[in-house]
This record gives sequence, structure tokens and C-alpha cells, in this order.
Amino acid sequence: MSPVLQKPLLRIVDRARRKSAWLFHFNAGSCNGCDIELVACLSPRYDAEQLGIRLEGSPRHADILCVTGPVTRSTRQALETVYAQIPDPKVVVAIGSCPASNNVFDGSPVVDGPLGRIIPVDVYVPGCAARPHAIIRGIAEAIEILAARKEGRP
Amino acid sequence: MNLFRALLSLLVFPGLLFAVPMGWLMLGTERKLTARLQGRIGPPLSQAFYDFVKLLAKAPVPRPASDRLLLTVLPLLSVGAMLGALALLPVASPAGGFAGDLILFVGLLELAPLCSVLAGFASRSIYGEVGATREAILSISGNVPFLVALLAMAASAGSFQLAQIAAGTPWAVRIPGLLAVLLCLPVKLRLNPFSIANAEQEVLAGPLTEYDGARLALWELAHALEWVVLAGLAAILVLPFRNLPLAAGVPLFAAASWALVPLLATVASATARLKLPQASRFLWRWALLASAVTLCSTFFLRDWRP
Repeated sequence: MSPVLQKPLLRIVDRARRKSAWLFHFNAGSCNGCDIELVACLSPRYDAEQLGIRLEGSPRHADILCVTGPVTRSTRQALETVYAQIPDPKVVVAIGSCPASNNVFDGSPVVDGPLGRIIPVDVYVPGCAARPHAIIRGIAEAIEILAARKEGRP
Repeated sequence: MNLFRALLSLLVFPGLLFAVPMGWLMLGTERKLTARLQGRIGPPLSQAFYDFVKLLAKAPVPRPASDRLLLTVLPLLSVGAMLGALALLPVASPAGGFAGDLILFVGLLELAPLCSVLAGFASRSIYGEVGATREAILSISGNVPFLVALLAMAASAGSFQLAQIAAGTPWAVRIPGLLAVLLCLPVKLRLNPFSIANAEQEVLAGPLTEYDGARLALWELAHALEWVVLAGLAAILVLPFRNLPLAAGVPLFAAASWALVPLLATVASATARLKLPQASRFLWRWALLASAVTLCSTFFLRDWRP
């Protein structure tokens, strides 16, 4: 492609990536605390849809993978499948203390986590449970990482 | 209708150049209004454009070649059918269309749900299959009143040409016919309370679950065009465009079809999703009633000509 055309195209793509991040939520054995907070982000109070964020049902539609919970042995395989199904560029956000450090489940024989050992994690959102504000901030950081990724660019 | 005019209406107005931004604007308006009605600020009006560009710039996960072909052809066919249907709408052109273009219009219009059903089965995902089954059942229930109303209007106008139906249907037939068409619009656009095929809490994204990147972008584009076609159909029935100059006809058509979005968005956010039997029952009872009234008034007005 000619460089004259490439530059404006790149700018449009970057802008579109910043304005349209679709999430896929994966529960890797979470206690439901962080899951509820993630859904709260989309409620009228926090309204993450302003940023173009949408919670998608299918990993193939997603840009950002949000993982909650320490990765239990029974969810590990599904997590790896879902991660492989997300088209590039993709960013992983670990929500809450569990995917970061296994939290209180550390040392359990049924826990395979923390998440960073299984798939590459880009952003960690702290908290047990993570607050909606913190989650939105983490997703905003993830969007910046997403826009900078090289895959799929013209 | 010569080749040049046909290409012009396919590619410029009311086709590609007009319909794509219009469809994005309609989708954006729908999302914004839904958000406002729920007490949220919501995404910008240009959201559908950004979604489209972002999806185009994704690198899809590799698939077997046989899958790839089918999964690319179906959304392309859907976009093409919608553009063809749009080109047939008699908008601001004095002698547009040809005898019997209603039949071609309906055929092209029905190609989109058909492609969507095939897409669901072709994706071989359980969610896609369930979504496709729902889509097929719903589309049959919705199409009976829709087609009956269109045929009744065609019979009372004495022609199968869209331009003459839009111009010559008496209002006693047109009003119940329009009501039936409007009742079927949310079914065809998969909006609440008929968002059964794409019910995201139940069957993920329905038939489109397995689509990614540019293929999903094409589906989104087909959906945007579907909005323009169906809202445009309602618009030409409400405001029969007769011999308007293009400068007045284009904004009028755009405004009339855009004005339908608030109506659909309000109904969608005020209602909850129905179950499949409930939706079928509603359509067979109330939408078919409106179609039956259309048919009856066509029968009683059969000797009356304006």
C-alpha cells in the first residue's frame, strides 16, 4: 500500500480501536463478586458504553478478554480455547486479586492459577472485589494497549 | 430503467453511498436513544462506523478453506441482496422501477434472514444452530402478515410495481397495511421484544456466534442496510414520493426513514424479550389481524379508483 494512503488509514483504525472495544467475560472459578462488579460497569451509574465498550457473548467478536477468578483446574482448558478463539489484536485484563495471586485459594490442589502462568496478561485490576471504577480504568488502559498493537493494521 | 440509472440507484442513491452512512446513523441513533431511555449517556452516534472499521482491522483466526468460503459468501450475499432491494425502492425518481418489481424486492428482502439462517447452520456451533432455528421460525411467523399486507396493497393499487403501490393505494387500505408492516419491523430487525434469534443472554450472538473480523463486519453492514430498506419501505408508504426533485426527495426520504428509529427504539427499550411461542402467537394474532383488515378493505374498495 502506498504510504500516502496508509497514514490516514492507520489513524482511522487507531481511532476506531480506541472507540470500540468489545469485551468477553470469562469466569475462571470466580466467587461472582468481580463478575457482578464488571456487569455494574455497564449499568446506568457507570455506563461504560460511552467508551464504545460492549459485552459480547462470543469470544470471536471480542477485543478484550476479562478474566475473573483463580484459574481452577476445570476451567483451564476452556480458558485456553477461548483465548485462542479471540482474533488478534487482543488484550487480557485480569480482574480482581484471584487471577493476580490466587488470593485465598493459593495452594489449593484444584487451582492452576495465577492467570499469568497460563496466558499473557496485559493489565491487572486490583481489588477483592474490584471496584467498577477500577475496572473501567483497567479497561481504558487495555484499550490504549489494544490501539498500539500491530496485528491486523493496514 | 436503463443500465445507467440502475447502477446509479444501486451505488449512489438510495444505494451504497447513501445507505451505508444512513444505516450507521440509524444504528447509532437506536443505541443512543436506548441508552438515554435507560438513563445512560450512551455511545456516540458514529459508533457503528467505528465498530465496522475496528472489525475490518482484526486478523481472523485461521479456518479450514471449506468453512472460509461459505462463511464469506453468506454475508456478502446478504449485503448484496440488501443493496438490490434498496435500489428498487421508488424514491424521488419519476418513472423508476418496472412491472413486478415488488416480487423481486420481497425476494431480495427475504434473502437476508435466509442467509442468516444458513450462516447459523454453516458455522456448526450449537448456539448458531439454535439461533438459526429461532430465526427461521420467527421469520415465517413475521412474513405471513408482512407479505399479506404488501399483496393486499398491491391488489388494491392494481399493480405489482412498487412506485404504483406507493402512489396509488387508497388510504383505507394503506393505514392497516402500514400497521401490519410496522408490527413486523421489529421482527425483521431482531429488536426487542422479538430479539429472540440473537438473544445474547441465551444463545450468545445467535447465528453470528462464530463470525469474526471482516466477516462479522459484513454482517453488521448487512444489518445496517436492512434498517435502511425496511424503514425506507415504511417511509415510501407513509409519504408517497411523486415527481419530487432529487434535492427535496433525498432529505425527505432520509428524514422520514430516520423518524422511524425513535419509535422502534422506544418499543425496544420498553419491552422485554418474548418467548418464541409468545412471539409467534402475537404475530399470528395481531399482525395477521392488521393484514386481514387490509385484505378486507381491499375487497370492499375493489371497484373504487382514485
